[in-house]
Amino acid sequence: MGRQYDVVVIGSGPGGYIAAIRAAQLGLKTACVEKDKSLGGTCLNVGCIPSKALLTSTEYYEWIQKESAKHGVNVAQSTIDFDKMMARKTEVVNGLTGGVASLFKMHKIDRIEGKARFSSQNLLQVGDQVVEGEHFIVATGSESIPLPFLPFDEKFVVSSTGALALPKIPKRLLIVGAGVIGVEIASIYRRLGSEVVLVEMLDRICPTMDGAISKSLQTILKKQGLEFHLQTKVTAGKEVQNGVVLTVEENQNRFELSGDHVLVAVGRRPYTADLGLKEIGVILDKKGFVQINSQFQTSLPHIYAIGDVIEGPMLAHKASEEGVAAAEIIAGHHPAINYLTIPNVIYTHPEVAAVGMTEGEAREAGLDLLLGTCSLRALGRARCMGETDGLVKIIGEKHSGRLIGMHIIAPHAAELIGEGVLALTNKMTVEDLANAPHAHPALGEGIKEAALNALGRQLAF
Amino acid sequence: MKVEIKIPPMGESITDATIGNLLVQSGSQVNADQEILEIETDKVNQALYAPEKGTITFTVQPGQKVNIGDVIGYVETGDADKPVLKPAEAPPPAQAKAKSEKQQAASLQAQPQKEPISPSTGPGSRFGKNEFLNDLAQPQKQKQTEPQGEKFVLESSKKGTDERETRAKLSRVRKVIGDRMVKAQRDAAMLTTFNEADMTQIIALREKFKEDFQKTHGVKLGFMSFFVKAVVAALKEYPLFNSYLDGDELVQRHYFDIGVAVGTDKGLFVPVIRNCDQLSFAEIEKALEKFAKKAREGDLTVDELQGGGFTITNGGVYGSLLSTPILNPPQPGILGMHKIQKRPVVIDDQIAIRSMMYLALSYDHRVADGKDAVNFLVYIKNHLEDPVRLQLEIA
Repeated sequence: MGRQYDVVVIGSGPGGYIAAIRAAQLGLKTACVEKDKSLGGTCLNVGCIPSKALLTSTEYYEWIQKESAKHGVNVAQSTIDFDKMMARKTEVVNGLTGGVASLFKMHKIDRIEGKARFSSQNLLQVGDQVVEGEHFIVATGSESIPLPFLPFDEKFVVSSTGALALPKIPKRLLIVGAGVIGVEIASIYRRLGSEVVLVEMLDRICPTMDGAISKSLQTILKKQGLEFHLQTKVTAGKEVQNGVVLTVEENQNRFELSGDHVLVAVGRRPYTADLGLKEIGVILDKKGFVQINSQFQTSLPHIYAIGDVIEGPMLAHKASEEGVAAAEIIAGHHPAINYLTIPNVIYTHPEVAAVGMTEGEAREAGLDLLLGTCSLRALGRARCMGETDGLVKIIGEKHSGRLIGMHIIAPHAAELIGEGVLALTNKMTVEDLANAPHAHPALGEGIKEAALNALGRQLAF
Repeated sequence: MKVEIKIPPMGESITDATIGNLLVQSGSQVNADQEILEIETDKVNQALYAPEKGTITFTVQPGQKVNIGDVIGYVETGDADKPVLKPAEAPPPAQAKAKSEKQQAASLQAQPQKEPISPSTGPGSRFGKNEFLNDLAQPQKQKQTEPQGEKFVLESSKKGTDERETRAKLSRVRKVIGDRMVKAQRDAAMLTTFNEADMTQIIALREKFKEDFQKTHGVKLGFMSFFVKAVVAALKEYPLFNSYLDGDELVQRHYFDIGVAVGTDKGLFVPVIRNCDQLSFAEIEKALEKFAKKAREGDLTVDELQGGGFTITNGGVYGSLLSTPILNPPQPGILGMHKIQKRPVVIDDQIAIRSMMYLALSYDHRVADGKDAVNFLVYIKNHLEDPVRLQLEIA
């Protein structure tokens, strides 16, 4: 008893800073250790937030370029001030990371700057400071995985971090990995005029998404001008003067691709090295993920782990939910997280959002399904917006009638999916969704129509 | 918004209940349908679920008696965090720390030495695809959480190890069992008659047909189905044992509902197999299997426990050689099975080794005389020793 802190959170990303705030709210004396000057972790500094800032800016630009005239809006001359765009991105990031700092002050959370390393089971060495804690929450996040033969230099060979801070718009950008990060950054630079080529080892893009959805997204993105090489392997790569050359193999054909930069977005790995976890007896698996029980406790019960360092989808909001839960468990509460209700979003245009099971997963589980879709084309609002690419797909379980998955490609799908999250959380049926009044005209009508379609009584198409 | 938590109706004969274990604490966050407390009734323990997501407050204490429909607390929905933010309601750090230390201590205790990651102390906080699919498969049914035994361990360990005695409140089920037993002994003129049965033929029959039986019916051929069949045959022959006293009238049952006692860590339950005279061996075994599972999981409903005409109890599974079972009022008889033991017996003036079981029949002397009881038990014995009689339906 009487240790310096009740809870020491290591890492200030969306898992760590939320855990710290919740712990402080519950009356626990809390500190948060962060190695960077700026709080907020990957998400706020070099991930979700800066990418969404740039995606928004470039989406407006593309609308002016390609859509405005159709609406009878003539914009005489539109140009890009890339430096300004990047400065705005930085401003948005600084606003939010500063916000975290003031939240810490408000909740009287001690922020400790420096790299943390456990020196014993209750002591943390941070620089020359020793921090003592009763409980610890490891929330150190993840880092990009490089290609073995092509380490990151963040100039020519870049991770998402470098790709969101390029000095100028590349003429030609190569991207290895057509997952979420790959297609989002591809969209940013394509809209700004870059030629973007994506190389993916699997046979489809964004493989965690529902099959029909990832196929449909690929068609849309291809139409927008992205070039995909699927089932293609990168076998070698080298930096040349002012660029990079990759050697790739597609259907036994070997050829070279060159570009100003290559973004390597093949995945992320837990950032657990140098924390001293193994040395004090915390068990990690082969890939470096921290092993936990169903209450986020590691092999040392007073050390908890959340977010990207434990198994599961690497999502900011998943980490936040886990951070809240871990803090509450430490305070003696019994929180619950239903992982099936955690949504997943890709911020292309149109956006892609999903919650629950994919059709493939549901079939694998041997369930009898209710399936319904509604194309955006059927919706008045989508037509008014001139946004008819996309669909809503609803998956229900036949016997219970319950919703088990919702998948959307549409503008603002990230917002629309909230309805699915709520329905899934509250164990609602497809019938419930079909019966709920939806405003007209609105994109949300797609959800109602897809639910009606699953029950065989669609009204709009 | 405040949403009241009420004691739900739990079956026609139940009007009141006792608050059992609180599964969450006042002031904590609950999700809709999360288990929040256990309620104990005469018949069953069952969990109560949160009506809404929010901050929960209980207005009752464990052990308190409540009636059906009583409000026992409420869930504050809306901005769920607010109450926690209020300084008055936030637990002071020391308290919170103590709590978490307790939790840690409990987890260390529960932690088997070899297990690298300690098992969770509570219901667990991470629900993935498997849990989702399980829930989907049983949308209405949800499970009780911790077995009662574990609660007692935690309760006593809380008080420290230096106390030489510890106290724990009786569960409602335990108390009811006790009251019933005393009432049975006080109200009935109860006595027990004994006999023994040579089980050799039944054992041989089971040995011979166990695989075929399993293959055909998908259930194991146990001893109990023979006993149920033998009892039904005896009840047909001696209907007095399928009757009961109601004031100064004797009520004769013309149906054959047999209760079979099942011991669980929550207490003794006697689910009733209905219309046993119309059931095959396989159907009886299947019913037994289903009830045993439900009893272990605390899933038996009130209806499944009510209205038996006669009871069979098997102390033999625990190794009992001889015992005197207590009646389950208003039933007039209960048959006690015991351990099968190889013993020397005399057959045709030769000493032979046979698989023997002592049988005990406790009965209400107000209903039946000694002669009836002895005849009834001998009838059962004869049918057990020569089980073909059961099939041929001959005395």
